[in-house]
Amino acid sequence: MKRFAALFAWLLFSSILHAQEAISLPSKSDVTAASTEDVRMKALEGQLRTLAGEVALLRSELKQLREAKSPEQASGPQVLLASSHPQPGMLSNSPAPAPAQLAQTQTYGGATSNAKLLNPDISLIGDFIGTAGRNTISPSRSLELHESEVGMQAIIDPYARADAFISFGEEGVNVEEGYVTFTSLPAGLLLKVGKMRAEFGKVNTIHNHALPFIDRPLVTNNLVGGEDGIDDAGISLSRFLPAPKDWFLQGTAQVYRGDSSDVFAAHRRQDVSVVGHLRVYRDLGESTNLDLGASYARGHNGAGVGTTFDPANFLTNLYSADATIRWKPLRRAIYHSFLFRTELFWSARDQLSPLNTFQTQHAFGLYSSGEYRVNRRWTLGGRFDRSARAAGGSLTDTGFSSILTYWPSEFSQIRGQYRYGRLWDAPNDRFTNANEFLFQFLFVMGAHGAHPF
Amino acid sequence: MRNVSIETRVLALLAAFALLSAVFPRPASADNKLNVMTATTDLAALAQEIGGDKVTVESVARGYQDPHFVEAKPSFLLKLRHADLLIIVGLELEIGWLPPLISQSTNPKIQVGAPGYFDASRFAKILEIPTGVVTRAEGDVHPLGNPHYWLDPENGLRIAKGIQNKLSEMRPNDAAYFAQRYDSFEQRLKQADEKWLAEMQPYTGRKIVTYHRSWPNFAEHFGLNVVGYVEPRPGIPPSPQHTVELIGLMKRDSVKVIVVEPYFDLKTPNAIARDTGAQVVVLMPSVGGEKEITDYFKLFDYDIAKLKQTFDTTK
Repeated sequence: MKRFAALFAWLLFSSILHAQEAISLPSKSDVTAASTEDVRMKALEGQLRTLAGEVALLRSELKQLREAKSPEQASGPQVLLASSHPQPGMLSNSPAPAPAQLAQTQTYGGATSNAKLLNPDISLIGDFIGTAGRNTISPSRSLELHESEVGMQAIIDPYARADAFISFGEEGVNVEEGYVTFTSLPAGLLLKVGKMRAEFGKVNTIHNHALPFIDRPLVTNNLVGGEDGIDDAGISLSRFLPAPKDWFLQGTAQVYRGDSSDVFAAHRRQDVSVVGHLRVYRDLGESTNLDLGASYARGHNGAGVGTTFDPANFLTNLYSADATIRWKPLRRAIYHSFLFRTELFWSARDQLSPLNTFQTQHAFGLYSSGEYRVNRRWTLGGRFDRSARAAGGSLTDTGFSSILTYWPSEFSQIRGQYRYGRLWDAPNDRFTNANEFLFQFLFVMGAHGAHPF
Repeated sequence: MRNVSIETRVLALLAAFALLSAVFPRPASADNKLNVMTATTDLAALAQEIGGDKVTVESVARGYQDPHFVEAKPSFLLKLRHADLLIIVGLELEIGWLPPLISQSTNPKIQVGAPGYFDASRFAKILEIPTGVVTRAEGDVHPLGNPHYWLDPENGLRIAKGIQNKLSEMRPNDAAYFAQRYDSFEQRLKQADEKWLAEMQPYTGRKIVTYHRSWPNFAEHFGLNVVGYVEPRPGIPPSPQHTVELIGLMKRDSVKVIVVEPYFDLKTPNAIARDTGAQVVVLMPSVGGEKEITDYFKLFDYDIAKLKQTFDTTK
């Protein structure tokens, strides 16, 4: 652990130094070694101070939001973004907040700098779900504001940007993701630090409101931690890997604390979990592309706690493979598109057998889904689900769903989903059928950053 | 056995990354050309005019693609990560796809605010900047102004000047070359513009309807009068009620031309045209929209020829 920590600290430190050197000290040849060191330290100190300032700013903003009564927020003095290079004359002309006539006529060079304030992009996504029908295994509420996700996204400094997504659910508040991304590291490295959805397969990385269906696949619920999935505090490092021409190859290595829903549980500090992901992508033409991935996750689970066994011996290994094929004709991109995706998951979970002996339970699950954009306003989709349970591999749940989405605009969606499931009913020791109709209203306020492809 | 320390594995992974980084450093641009990426083809065409053979230029979006809705494909990352300069349209035109591409590119040179990040809108004359309260009740509004500003040759010239300064700043040794290319471009463009203006002169003040608000700069420069839009609000698909209103307006004002961008469905425009006796014309908002439109000059040549033809047949 110490070795690892030391290596990581060195890596981080040297990367930041490198980045700063590359940008702020292009000509160091004429400076003596000692003073270079000095300048470096100073630059680092400066960065630390700005970061601390940013954190304080974010905190106060969060507090404001929590208190949830600040509609008059933007009326204060307007601050121009330091990086937005206002043209001379632009500022002195408009001391009062009345840039209206000014903007109409005098716009050369001022358009961007005028409106961009130092505030982060703030958005709220409301996710309202209603459910009808019969499901005795995993019933959900008839009507609920399932989640209100507040997003705050900003560029921190020339070296980093930060994204925070705070989700207010029916049961409480949860930092879904909050991480800083260092975008200017040497050697093509991309470093993310914070709490984030792990790069494990595809569906695990997608926020609730961006899912192609109202719910997550059965296999996510059975094997990969349910709605929250593998979502933990940790560090992620990724890099493009050398590949043949026109192939995109990216490797990601992540270390987390080891606490993720019901998948991983860390009892000791060294019980960290790791996630590795390899992504292969290729354009098959300008309209069609193929996206493949393989993922691995490993961490401790809670099965050994309170038994005579050493809890440190109980691990969960997860493997996944995903494949996506997309079609979107460029000339009619807003009218037609098709996406087919399938993900396979294997779980190997150490646990106690009914006879109280140590065993490794293997379980397999998958889903396959397709979405077709019929026209500018309607999308059709279907999904097939099949998954064993992590703790009982021989009991396989099966299901399918079909969904219809209506888009009044880019900023709202109305959906209806029919869901069938043949689910294991443990208390009664038999399979039971679930037939449900779900509907959902999604709406976006403010500036929500684009989602990764 | 089971407890084979996780740290060791992580260590190995990190070490492997570090090693890979060391073994495969980024190839320095072998031919010493500046590697310029642009968001759209028009900016690529302008950069090529100024950069000549000292640069390689490529655009992320294609000319026949709706620049609001480009997909942030990983294949673009491969190109962006080696770029020395990224030229964008700005005004939030690319907000749906460019930010993740930039931050994932692992290229410090083109990050927002870095020397290789060039927002062309800062040099252009921008129209339709909303005043007063801006809400999405207006549809997909651009709070900073209409981003389709490149369809005015004067803006083309302003952007080219900006690019010339930027390239000279990045390659001071070639400054004279870029200055000479700019002068040549300015001369040719002014000449061509005189010709275009003369060609459009007989149609000054003609009323037209366009699908999306892509043409305010074009209309202003060439003296056309855009009186309505097929979209009820920017980014909102045509609705029956709005279409009926538009037909009424077109009949009243005897508007005979409907301009449509190549990435919109022709069904509604054709229906409106049948009802009003107007004609639908597909104009190209960008270089590369048709194979023959290979540069900034041919873009106007194409659009003006099409417009003239349409005006002449709809007297």
